[in-house]
Amino acid sequence: MWPPLILRMKVTGMITDFFARALIAGVGVALVAGPAGCFIVWRRMAYFGDTMAHSALLGVALGLLLGVDPILGVLAVTIVLALILAGMGGSRTLASDTVLGILSHSALSLGMVALSLMRGIRLDLMVYLFGDLLSVGMTDIYLVLGGGAASLVLLAGLWRPLLAMTVHEELARAEGVRVDAVRAGFMLLIAFLIAAAMKITGALLITSLLLIPAACARRFANGPEVMAVLAALFGAVAVTGGLYGSLYFDTPAGPSIVLAALLLFLCSLMFGHRQSRN
Amino acid sequence: MTLEPTALVRAQRLDLSIGGRRILAHVDLSIGPGEIITLIGPNGAGKSTLVRVLLGLMRPDHGTVVRRAGLRVGYLPQKFVIDAVLPLSVSRLMTLTRKAALAEIEAALAETGVAHLMGAQVQTLSGGELQRVLLARALLSNPDLLVLDEPVQGVDFGGQAELYQLISAIRQRHGCAILMVSHDLHLVMAATDRVLCLNQHLCCAGTPAMVARDPEYLRLFGPRAAEAFALYAHGPHGHDHVHTLSGDVAPIDPAHESHRHDH
Repeated sequence: MWPPLILRMKVTGMITDFFARALIAGVGVALVAGPAGCFIVWRRMAYFGDTMAHSALLGVALGLLLGVDPILGVLAVTIVLALILAGMGGSRTLASDTVLGILSHSALSLGMVALSLMRGIRLDLMVYLFGDLLSVGMTDIYLVLGGGAASLVLLAGLWRPLLAMTVHEELARAEGVRVDAVRAGFMLLIAFLIAAAMKITGALLITSLLLIPAACARRFANGPEVMAVLAALFGAVAVTGGLYGSLYFDTPAGPSIVLAALLLFLCSLMFGHRQSRN
Repeated sequence: MTLEPTALVRAQRLDLSIGGRRILAHVDLSIGPGEIITLIGPNGAGKSTLVRVLLGLMRPDHGTVVRRAGLRVGYLPQKFVIDAVLPLSVSRLMTLTRKAALAEIEAALAETGVAHLMGAQVQTLSGGELQRVLLARALLSNPDLLVLDEPVQGVDFGGQAELYQLISAIRQRHGCAILMVSHDLHLVMAATDRVLCLNQHLCCAGTPAMVARDPEYLRLFGPRAAEAFALYAHGPHGHDHVHTLSGDVAPIDPAHESHRHDH
């Protein structure tokens, strides 16, 4: 874990490699999570992000069981779940927060039970919840930057139709938007993002980075694109501020980032303008 | 109705039940290029459902809907509410499904008389302003068919008359067909070519004057409907005054609005 490392760093007073790697990886995730999180906020899918993140533990268990990289297990589980939920998107009697709740906690419990049945594996709940930002290696950096760039390209491609169906789904459909495909594409994007960021950010931090920067940005934005860019910036500021805060106060990195984001949000409430009436 | 060969949309023998309740029964309908069709009927008659089936948003249990290949549709849904959590200006709303140059956006908004609202947030618009902005947005894609589901709802009586005039003007200028839904039987507009009276099945169809005298229509809506029905029925050339069925010129009077039915 990180406290001894931080202690060592404080003694030398140096920004060592692992801190730079943490910064790059964290900011990388935040830059994608900001714009993607705007859609989570606009489409009221907060619980969807939560469900994805919680199901990741099942993916870790699956990866260990099959002897492959846990990230692949997480990716498989989140993609399957996203496809199930996207398939249910059309039917209003099923797709609800209740179904998400059932899936989320079942997947989490299944993951925990499966892990407990495996010999020699002990789950570090802190790492699962907040990730292990300070142990990020170069492979993780490549994964985040590559995956992040790919996600941003996909999101840019989905942007106009996804925004159109967010504003009015039937209008978008009537005017030729392939609503089901776009919805599935966005859910897969979130699944991919969560899988790629899981090791770095954990289940709680990734949902925080999806929601809080977008919420901050709302107060300063007069258009969806402006809000997306601001959310990416606020996310990056929260990661940077949180990491330096954890360095300074000797606190765990993940929760410090969430608190930095919260601080930004509170500031936005004080200084932002209400845009809904002008 | 000799427009069949070039019909933009043709529906045949549509049947649809939802939850065991019959919504549409044996509906045949075709929309020709450039014609204005007004769909009327009491609440629950299946008007919005029929529109949704024609647009391909719902599948009928039986029957077929054929849309002309490459048909461009502009749609004004019945409900259009944007959550305050999504910042959206009028100019951004205009390019929701398609890109457009700033000059085109300005021209479209000017045509519907709301160019000054370009920078306003959509959530701040009044009912009439929003309908005009949505009309401009639909025009921007140069549609073959405009589908307007209750376009004058939430608009005061004077505003309704203006909005109907605007819709007529749009047809004349752009030559697009218009399918309009109205639950208010009295507000069938001037330039409507055909009125379709729907009550699960199509009870009657024809020019506004024909439908107003149709026994099926009178049975469904009562004899008083005929006189008020004519409020906007002043021929295809577009006047700024209104006639009653007997041909008298009547002012646009808010008192006429109180001639409502209960169903």
